[in-house]
Amino acid sequence: MKPSTTSITPGTAADEPRIGVYVCHCGKNIAQTVDCDGIAAQLASLPDVAVAKGIGYACSEPGQREIREDIETLGLNRVVIGSCSPRLHEPTFRQMLIAAGLNPYLLEMANLREQCSWVHMKEPQAATAKALDLMKMGVARVRRLQALSEPKLPMTQRALVIGGGVAGIQAALDMADNGYEVVMVEQQPSIGGVMAQLDKTFPTMDCSI
Amino acid sequence: MTDAGRHPRIKIHTLSQVVDIKGNVGNFDVKIVKKARYVDEKECTACGDCAKVCPVVRPDEFNLGLSSRRAIYSPFPQAVPSAYVINSHECLGHNPVVCSKCLDACEKKCIDFHMSDETFTERVGTIVVATGLKPHDPRALDEYGFTRFENVLTSLEFERLVNAGGPTQGHLIRPTDRKPPKSVGFIQCVGSRSARRGKSYCSNICCMNTIKSTLVLKEHHPDMAVKVFYIDIRAFGKGFEDLYTRSRRQGVHYVRGLPGHVEELPNGGLRVAVENIASGALEFFELDMLVLAIGIEPASGTQRLQEMLGLQLTPDGFFLEAHPKLQPVDAATRGIFYAGCAEGPKDIKESVTQASAAAVRAIRLMQADQITAEAITSEVITEQCKACGKCAEVCPYNAITVDPKKKIPAQIATAACTGCGTCAAECPFGAITMNHFTDQQIYEQIDTLLAERPEEKILTFACNWCSYAGADYAGVSRLQYPPNARLIRTMCSGRVDEAFIWHGFKKGAPVILVSGCHIGDCHYINANHWTVKRVENVRKKMEKRGLRPERLQLEWVSAAEGVRFAQVMTRMEQLRQGVSSQEIAETVTLLEK
Repeated sequence: MKPSTTSITPGTAADEPRIGVYVCHCGKNIAQTVDCDGIAAQLASLPDVAVAKGIGYACSEPGQREIREDIETLGLNRVVIGSCSPRLHEPTFRQMLIAAGLNPYLLEMANLREQCSWVHMKEPQAATAKALDLMKMGVARVRRLQALSEPKLPMTQRALVIGGGVAGIQAALDMADNGYEVVMVEQQPSIGGVMAQLDKTFPTMDCSI
Repeated sequence: MTDAGRHPRIKIHTLSQVVDIKGNVGNFDVKIVKKARYVDEKECTACGDCAKVCPVVRPDEFNLGLSSRRAIYSPFPQAVPSAYVINSHECLGHNPVVCSKCLDACEKKCIDFHMSDETFTERVGTIVVATGLKPHDPRALDEYGFTRFENVLTSLEFERLVNAGGPTQGHLIRPTDRKPPKSVGFIQCVGSRSARRGKSYCSNICCMNTIKSTLVLKEHHPDMAVKVFYIDIRAFGKGFEDLYTRSRRQGVHYVRGLPGHVEELPNGGLRVAVENIASGALEFFELDMLVLAIGIEPASGTQRLQEMLGLQLTPDGFFLEAHPKLQPVDAATRGIFYAGCAEGPKDIKESVTQASAAAVRAIRLMQADQITAEAITSEVITEQCKACGKCAEVCPYNAITVDPKKKIPAQIATAACTGCGTCAAECPFGAITMNHFTDQQIYEQIDTLLAERPEEKILTFACNWCSYAGADYAGVSRLQYPPNARLIRTMCSGRVDEAFIWHGFKKGAPVILVSGCHIGDCHYINANHWTVKRVENVRKKMEKRGLRPERLQLEWVSAAEGVRFAQVMTRMEQLRQGVSSQEIAETVTLLEK
């Protein structure tokens, strides 16, 4: 089976930005503190914004489908999503852009959950004001984003395992059995680690070696 | 173990250490130093004739000093590779006049005193960090009289004593009189669950290890009195509770409470005073032997490796995973994975599970002969480059070549560029574009952030790997902090150009925070050193121009320091409140000149 490579369609960074803006409720995680639909309505009037709306779960399949359909029907060429941290779902949404024929780097995320609703739970008004700011910053940034391509580099199909204890041995065997060369580095004169020192081990109660 | 030793695709370097790692996912160049074994690993048949004649007797580390070995020895009978090794510090043979008895005894002539340490480089595509653990050392605090009373043992020493391959062939004896003990007590949580004595976390394995040991004892010695002193028993895994009830059914006495005092009796026994929390009574027990269930600590080389690979650690000192739920075996750095106790205390089953997961994650990258490289890299605008050479000076990866003497403009080797952006921040001529984090993109963010009521906002630059992740961690932990912080994410704090800071103040920012990884933890080797330099530079200039330098702050926040991030933001808010609108207006006027 071939791996799913992220082949990037060049996508257009067309001259006229047409931005889709989505404010994810994340169930109640964001919507409980931040007035998601309210800020979406305010964002809709920003220049270059073609559509702005609240969305239940942007990362869910229906959520992604809705954005993909907007990209096609409204001819969006840039997307801003206010949701959880980009450290969590940026890859998800980049894949969605690829699926919709856009360059994945024409996406900007505003961190409305980890860095807003969850840390200002008792201040809904201030949190909403902050969320609006973060979204506006996202829109300002996304206008300037450019399509990027990911160059291909050679992959050395060989692994290093640092440590020859039970974990290192298992990882090395699994990789080697799958056909990869493994280099194992162990500082002691023998592999085995702490496990080798143990007597019987639970639950089989057999010798650990 | 032997499977790994025999596997045609596994090359094992023992007595070896990784001393340097260069490169990135797909192409890591790993420098390894292999210490001399002084015995030909391939030729040695482990017959043991050499050790028989060796005159040097030393404590055997594998048996924790409960037995002895020679200066030439096999670590343990099932060792892989199955070859003897000479401890060169102990051996007399370096001066052949003195000894060299083993040389004569070895028929196959595998011993070579002239062998020297080797240094070599291996190229690999992925790395699995499985550096294991260090058992807690109860000597430092002399817990329960471990250093004073011979019959107080660690759980690891106990393992060796009941092991058929151990110093007593598996017959449990007391160290003082070498007689089988009639009663044994186990003390739980030694070095765990106490910030005062050891580590504050639970070491995960000690409860089940003790329960297992009680069953081993009861199996061989049904009449032995076995007691366990504990805070609470954590038998949470599959089949664990069953084992615990079995132990209780077989008559093991579980006493809720850790001993407050241990004293030695004239017969070598130990008198233990315990406040039994269940009954509320102070109870005394006389036991022939005590076993300390010692906890798990990070392996000693952890920090060195963390610095070498630019990885992150949790406050406990174990390696920090990319995401605690969704990427539990990935490091934040692509192509590096964790297996076993390197990532946190765990038992054998969990270690094996995690190791298999790490292997699959590595294979997922290795199965194609190409890998998509970083798209977020920097580019030189050749027409604007004055070939001053500053970018090459700050690049942590030596990815930039430029010749200031011959005025040959800078060139960036894209494959070596990892996208920290410190070159773009350093370039005085705006001749470097940091893709996806361009000057223009960042200015847009600053302008928008400060467009309305700038005096209320806290402009914060946060690096992707540490401080931004630390802010996320504050969120995951639901830590509350003032709501006027606004973060601008860059890949590295080294991307923060001095001009961004000036621009922020010019647009009316009351205070500005630049935050990144702790020194030594930088994801881009040492790019954050330049962050320090730039922030200090701006602060000096602020002072000269009559601006209070305190308004610009630099803070290091690691990915695990959610608490610290929240504290820093609270402090920033206090600072902000000390900046008057008049002061801001004066700054704006001054900078607009």
